[in-house]
Amino acid sequence: MSGSALTYAIVDGVLTGSVYALMATGLTLIFGVMDIINIAQGMFVVLGAYLSYAIQIHWGIDPFVGLFITIPILFVVGIVVERAFMSRLKGPEKTAMSILVTYAVSLLIEGSLNMIFSVNDVQINAWYVNQSFKLFGVYFAYIYVFGFFMAVVLLAALWVLLYRTRFGASVRASLADQTAAALIGINVRRIATICFGIGTAVTAAGGMVFGATNAFNASSSYDLISRLLTIIVLGGMGSLGGALVASIGMVMLEDVVGVIWSPIWSTMTFFIVLVAVLSLRPQGLFGKQLARTA
Amino acid sequence: MAVASTAGASSGGLAKGAPVNIGISLSLSGDFSADGQAFQRGYQLWAKEQNAHGGLLGHKINLIIKSDASSPTQVVTNYQDLIGQSHVQLVFGPFSSLLTVPAAQTAERFGYAMVEGAGGAPSVFQAHLSNVFDVSLPVANDLMPFANWVSSLPKAQRPTTAYYVTSNDPFTEPQLPVAQKIMSKAGIKSLGFTVFPAEVTDYTSIADKVAAAKAQVVVLGSVDVPTVSAFMQAFEQAHYNPKAFIATGGPDQGAAFLKAVGAKNASGMMVPNAWYGGSANPLSKAMVAAYIKQYGGTPADINSDVAEAYSVGEVMAQAVKATGGFNNAKIIAYLHSGAVLSSVQGPVKFNKLGENVDPTAFTFQWQGTNFVQVNPVGDPNSVKVLYPKPAWKS
Repeated sequence: MSGSALTYAIVDGVLTGSVYALMATGLTLIFGVMDIINIAQGMFVVLGAYLSYAIQIHWGIDPFVGLFITIPILFVVGIVVERAFMSRLKGPEKTAMSILVTYAVSLLIEGSLNMIFSVNDVQINAWYVNQSFKLFGVYFAYIYVFGFFMAVVLLAALWVLLYRTRFGASVRASLADQTAAALIGINVRRIATICFGIGTAVTAAGGMVFGATNAFNASSSYDLISRLLTIIVLGGMGSLGGALVASIGMVMLEDVVGVIWSPIWSTMTFFIVLVAVLSLRPQGLFGKQLARTA
Repeated sequence: MAVASTAGASSGGLAKGAPVNIGISLSLSGDFSADGQAFQRGYQLWAKEQNAHGGLLGHKINLIIKSDASSPTQVVTNYQDLIGQSHVQLVFGPFSSLLTVPAAQTAERFGYAMVEGAGGAPSVFQAHLSNVFDVSLPVANDLMPFANWVSSLPKAQRPTTAYYVTSNDPFTEPQLPVAQKIMSKAGIKSLGFTVFPAEVTDYTSIADKVAAAKAQVVVLGSVDVPTVSAFMQAFEQAHYNPKAFIATGGPDQGAAFLKAVGAKNASGMMVPNAWYGGSANPLSKAMVAAYIKQYGGTPADINSDVAEAYSVGEVMAQAVKATGGFNNAKIIAYLHSGAVLSSVQGPVKFNKLGENVDPTAFTFQWQGTNFVQVNPVGDPNSVKVLYPKPAWKS
């Protein structure tokens, strides 16, 4: 194993991990506020990739610029899905039912995408997708560097929204205790709807980078959702910081193990770490409670 | 036309005018959806052409296709349902070796022949099923023409190093050691042999590891376009361009491959297979014409899965005609008899394991936007290999 391969593994882990953080943040935000496990999150990522692909192909809009279109679109999609399906889930079975309902939403979107785009793989292309620059003897791919900075900006914006605004205070109050939040006059229902929209909207950015770094079709979502779910379980369900740390940590761990040992053991090593962490902290790295009390 | 003429023959045990139902499980969603849907086109095209020529023994062919979502569990349920509940007369195989084994095991329990076109991995034949018949090339030797060609290059041109990297898929993994053995004998040093899980979502670090080795040849065990595309992208980002780059699957998917990787970047990419759209086989030419008439495009656009599925129909039609009916026991016995059958992929003859022992392995290469046969060297249809591989041109 060469030193450069290890360096690349670490660099790849940080750069790609930040993009996974963007995807996982939406998932953990939705769970934190709504007690909903959104199985459709992987499909929303793919939907974001297809939207970026479509506006580039048809209108020639650069994928990063196109985010000004795709993020609002996915925000609206999230709002519609929440109002149409999620808001109807109530009672103690809500979390379990949310898995089934969001899976159905995922299948609905998958079928629609297959009809519109066919099952053939496509990939987003732009000048920076395959190009790289050299720094300190290491090639940095523009797409991953741009994706990393985009993730930092969006996660910072999300942090400001959640920790420096009145709306954010309401969200955090809902995250901590929905009943108590409602008692002090917070419209938890409205907060939930908006959070679902935000959680879906951030996938547009993650999806764009995913679509530029992978050939994809609608079925690509299946492998994504299993990875995103493990990230938020490790980070602590409902914890935004946990999603960030777990994303970067997981991808870096997998990459380093893949280079030092074998890619076959990458995933298993991650799960060994996951089981070890959950044995010591069942709520995950940054989770605050074992189970939510609605 | 590429169909067996069976019109006017006996009713084969079915009531006169009744359709013959053929049950198929295909991956219309999930990991294999692109291949599954190409297979569906191949089966449907065959059924349409065969029906235009009288169907099977005068019975119209009715395909009953169920989606297995690329799941080895669902494929079992589907064939149980097709045979046990829908009472189909015949079954055709699913896509991939991974799904063919459980599918064929299920069909065997009911005494059905499992003629298939995408289950050529050793694991399929190691199951020792009496009912499985793979009309395509057994995959273990797919890379032999490529390895032989590389090894036969004059010493000044011959690469000195190679890297082998593969998904842990039953279709890909057995192919690489065969090529490695041949190339090592020719003095081509192995710089690495890496196996990665089939469920990987991010290939960057694996591809970067290969790029860092700077081998002159890369042999990639892949089943789909995204895997090949990810490696190509990472290699270009690492400013690494091997002299020869072959992938076991992905570049054979015609226009879908070009669309994903870009037509300019595809040039020089190689893939082993038994069929391509430009095949001189008259049966293949007829199928290609029928395909283009129905779906448009050019011969290079046609996914080789289409030909594999079409071949399944052709072989079954010949077995039905030869046995005079839809009795699966008789069909199995006939297919084991050593009879030489014809298909768009070339001659088909099964050994006792159900492997097709007659096909020839080829290597194909993208040269610009043309998909051409490049070896075996000396074959009249082979053109000169584009070597070394051109630089990336994004």
